[in-house]
Amino acid sequence: MTILAVQNPELAEISNYLIYSAMAVYTLAFFAHITEWVFGSRSRVARTAAALTSKSGGGSASTSGSGDSAGNDTDAGAGAAPKVTVRAEGGTSVLERPKVIVRSATGRRDNVPDGPGAAGGDDQGDMYGRVAVSLTVLAFLLHATAVLTRSLAVERAPWGNMYEFSTAFSMVGVGAYLGFLIARKNVRWIGLPLVTTVLLDLGLAVTVLYTESTELVPALDSYWLWIHVSLAIICGALFYLGFVTTILYLFRDRYESKLLGGGSPSGFATSVLERLPSADSLDKFAYRINAAVFPFWTFTIVAGAIWAGDAWGRYWGWDPKEVWSFITWVAYACYLHARATAGWKGRKAAYLALIAFACFLFNYYGVNIFVNGKHSYAGV
Amino acid sequence: MSTDETTEAAAVPSQQANGAEADPETDPQAESAAGSETEEASGSGAGDVPEGRDDPDSPDSPDSGSSPSAGDERPAEEDVELGAAMSQLSTAPSEERSQTVPGSLGGPRKPGTAGRVGWFLRELTGWLRWFWRQLTSMRVALMLLFLLSLGSIPGSLIPQTNVDAVKVDEFKQRHDVLAPLYEKLQLFDVYTSVWFSAIYILLFVSLIGCIVPRTWQFVGQLRAEPPRAPRRLDRMPVYTTWHTDAAPDEVLGAARTMLRGKRFRTHLRGDAVTSEKGYLREVGNLLFHIALIVLLLAFAAGQLWKSEGGKLVVQGDSFNNTLTQYDDFQSGTFFGSEDLDEFGFRLEDFTADYYEGAADAMTPKEYRADISYWTGGDGKEKKTAIRMNHPLEVGGSKVYLLAHGFAPVVSVKDGQGDIAYRGPVAFLPQDTNLTSSGVVKVTDYRDAQGNKDQLGFQGFFVPTFGGAESGSMFSQSPELDYPVLFLTAYHGDLGVNSGLPQSVYQLDTDNMKQFKAKDGGPLAKKILPGETMKLPNGAGSLKFEGIKQWANFQISHQVGNGWALGGALAAIAGLAGSLFIQRRRVWVRAMPGPDGRTVVEMAGLGRSESTRLPEELSDMAVSMQAEAPAVAEPSESAEGAGK
Ligand code: HEM
Repeated sequence: MTILAVQNPELAEISNYLIYSAMAVYTLAFFAHITEWVFGSRSRVARTAAALTSKSGGGSASTSGSGDSAGNDTDAGAGAAPKVTVRAEGGTSVLERPKVIVRSATGRRDNVPDGPGAAGGDDQGDMYGRVAVSLTVLAFLLHATAVLTRSLAVERAPWGNMYEFSTAFSMVGVGAYLGFLIARKNVRWIGLPLVTTVLLDLGLAVTVLYTESTELVPALDSYWLWIHVSLAIICGALFYLGFVTTILYLFRDRYESKLLGGGSPSGFATSVLERLPSADSLDKFAYRINAAVFPFWTFTIVAGAIWAGDAWGRYWGWDPKEVWSFITWVAYACYLHARATAGWKGRKAAYLALIAFACFLFNYYGVNIFVNGKHSYAGV
Repeated sequence: MSTDETTEAAAVPSQQANGAEADPETDPQAESAAGSETEEASGSGAGDVPEGRDDPDSPDSPDSGSSPSAGDERPAEEDVELGAAMSQLSTAPSEERSQTVPGSLGGPRKPGTAGRVGWFLRELTGWLRWFWRQLTSMRVALMLLFLLSLGSIPGSLIPQTNVDAVKVDEFKQRHDVLAPLYEKLQLFDVYTSVWFSAIYILLFVSLIGCIVPRTWQFVGQLRAEPPRAPRRLDRMPVYTTWHTDAAPDEVLGAARTMLRGKRFRTHLRGDAVTSEKGYLREVGNLLFHIALIVLLLAFAAGQLWKSEGGKLVVQGDSFNNTLTQYDDFQSGTFFGSEDLDEFGFRLEDFTADYYEGAADAMTPKEYRADISYWTGGDGKEKKTAIRMNHPLEVGGSKVYLLAHGFAPVVSVKDGQGDIAYRGPVAFLPQDTNLTSSGVVKVTDYRDAQGNKDQLGFQGFFVPTFGGAESGSMFSQSPELDYPVLFLTAYHGDLGVNSGLPQSVYQLDTDNMKQFKAKDGGPLAKKILPGETMKLPNGAGSLKFEGIKQWANFQISHQVGNGWALGGALAAIAGLAGSLFIQRRRVWVRAMPGPDGRTVVEMAGLGRSESTRLPEELSDMAVSMQAEAPAVAEPSESAEGAGK
């Protein structure tokens, strides 16, 4: 027996249909991305190998080339023209924007260029890539409308149980990705893994986690729900992007190490990894995301503590959810520390980042499902 | 041959000769400011290159990295220069070199007791120093942080006494092998255990031992000038150059004005301007770590001075904040009963609102307890309401609404027909529809023969009975639609006089006999409000007179909350400063070139790499164009080639 406890069951229904439609469009985007990668494999660029093996004189010659390949995640489309150009006007050449030479201060493989992206410079591949991004935009709009209608249907913040939390979570993830694209960051390579996991997440949400749009228990009925939970979702989605990047970094780093050591990676690895940004760029991108999210995650926990102080009479009580938020926080602090400690950068720090995200995931799924605590209103 | 090279050669003729040493002018300064952290580092040429480097080919061994080694992709001499340029750009300790020196100083031991004592003291201080260095090193801080998160895990998976003591007892009953082991390891009290405390105390000692020297070091950096421009600016991470007709002095003057306008600290040293910005990053980082200490102290104070108690109040009854009135009470080590705030309140009314038409369970919308309260001695009453998320605050105490339920009002007549008991009896909810269980204890009772005895009633109350045909004894809704009381009755010794504490919600039937119904089975009755349950053989009766509500309150007295909140907010602010502000240096050099024109060089260096630095430098170069316009460079095809 299920009667909806909603002000507006039709809207809730519409929201469900929108989620299904979004999933359908995400699926199309998924296939478009796959096609992009397949077409991209036709071009054999092997820039990395060239860069890593043609090192001369300790690699410092690399400072000449096209300006900012090392720190480059501000440019959409790898290999695009350098930001800073010298322009000649009239007879006397006027230096309008002087050429700035960038090289890595950390000195590590600073001459490895970013890969060309999934399409690998292949025109047809690129076309499918664009189609994939357009489809993702469409799916995102459906997805966002679904979350909005859900919110209208239940007349409260649309994240009161795990189903709603999951749908909002993947919506923010995709939103952040599109935001990076709009800001012309070089992130299209994350499209395929992201769309894949969004499909998995939504799949889980509509099957296992689905809950009728029930109302909130009084403890949840607070404006802190807006602040605390929405921040948690945003932090989680961004940490997730950092997580995906970290994994790709680990693969790409192994690939570059192998090339540097004179090894020859398998054809598949070459084809796929060659098209990703350089390990250095991936590492930096992951670090920036994680570092930028960390203060917000700290605030999420503080907001939760304030809320707990109002609702339960203590701001910190070692409830399982609180414990795991704390563990996640400490794990990310570990990661940031590791980055600041010589000898722990690179792969070791990356493993810490993976552990930290695993803690986040466990806090979300594990604690809600396996552990009983005050936060057990997940509706599962 | 590029112009740059010409410039270099002209400016620094002796570069190859002393390139392998750090700039002698900047080194002593780095030492004095860096304090003990770099003592041992002074021997190695690299001074305090804060950025260690992974060697991609061989496994990392942090202890062995005493110098930029083979396998690095950049010549050592360049690292030295970069290192010197980086010195004092942060207060993070340079790890490997300084931290791994063992404590034993060895050395000669003079004969005799004095010699032995001297030797012992020297060894002792040596080892203490070594231990202290280890403890305050970044690597150990990292390990302790990791241990802290590992150590928190068991507490989330094993029931904890301070979270749910009942669950701990259940667990102990179910696991007779594990439980004693867990108990030994303090796994039921993880967060107050010796081992967990050890981890965080060590971490915070480490933190203090880290902050203090870093603060001095930072003050030193603020007072000292940043290191002078490296000889070869083109080796810095961000670099640009052009030629101009303006004189070197003019260019440098313009550079200083421009940099000051951008709030850089600038110094003119020889042929170059040195400037630095972003000190707030360090301030933020120190603030963050200090705020963590404040937070911990506030938390500890809160634990030590807290008090927390529960009280169930039936509608119309009142509560006075004294120890004896609490149902249960816990307090921290340093709490004294005189710390209890003077106040009291009476529960006037209780309202529970539910969403209409919910699924099988009604979902609550709001609980509200209307109370009258008074503070201090004046006894003036004020009215207010306590709701979820909206506690009542009186002095340092907060009163929270935790739960609610029903209290059937009953009157019991004894075998003589006298009223033996009358009043509301709180029944405790067992499910969300408030199926509640409870007992009525009657201690002052005489049976039909006039003998002294005691009575006990036990049973259920449901606010909405499903009807006999529903086959269910459970309540169908939390609202009072069809209230019913199901009771059975005992007589005998309640055990209340035995002196042992006893729950008012449970009946100890060990020494009691259940009344029998006519058919010989146990007596059990369903009664509606107004109805009476008669005990057999004139033993008396119980009348269900009406229903009141009750609410359960938690009264807690907490100290240090303000400090905890302040610490947390300061930590966030510090963190934002630490992570979003980039500390960076910019150098501008202007020198006459071989063709008589001035060669301008600009370089930037950040503590960590930033995408913004190249843009910033580029913007600066553009704004310099007004004073030092670029002219076409002679005989050149590939400008900017560093080599
Ligand atoms: C209570 C535990 C601690 C936490 C949660 C913590 C957290 C953090 C975080 C999140 C950062 C990153 C900020 C940034 O990258 O600028 C950081 C930086 C830093 N921490 Fe800690 N920390 C703790 C204890 C310590 C201890 C014990 C030490 C010293 C031994 C220390 C030394 C440092 C240093 C030197 C930095 C700056 C690194 C840099 O300049 O890049 N921290 N800490």
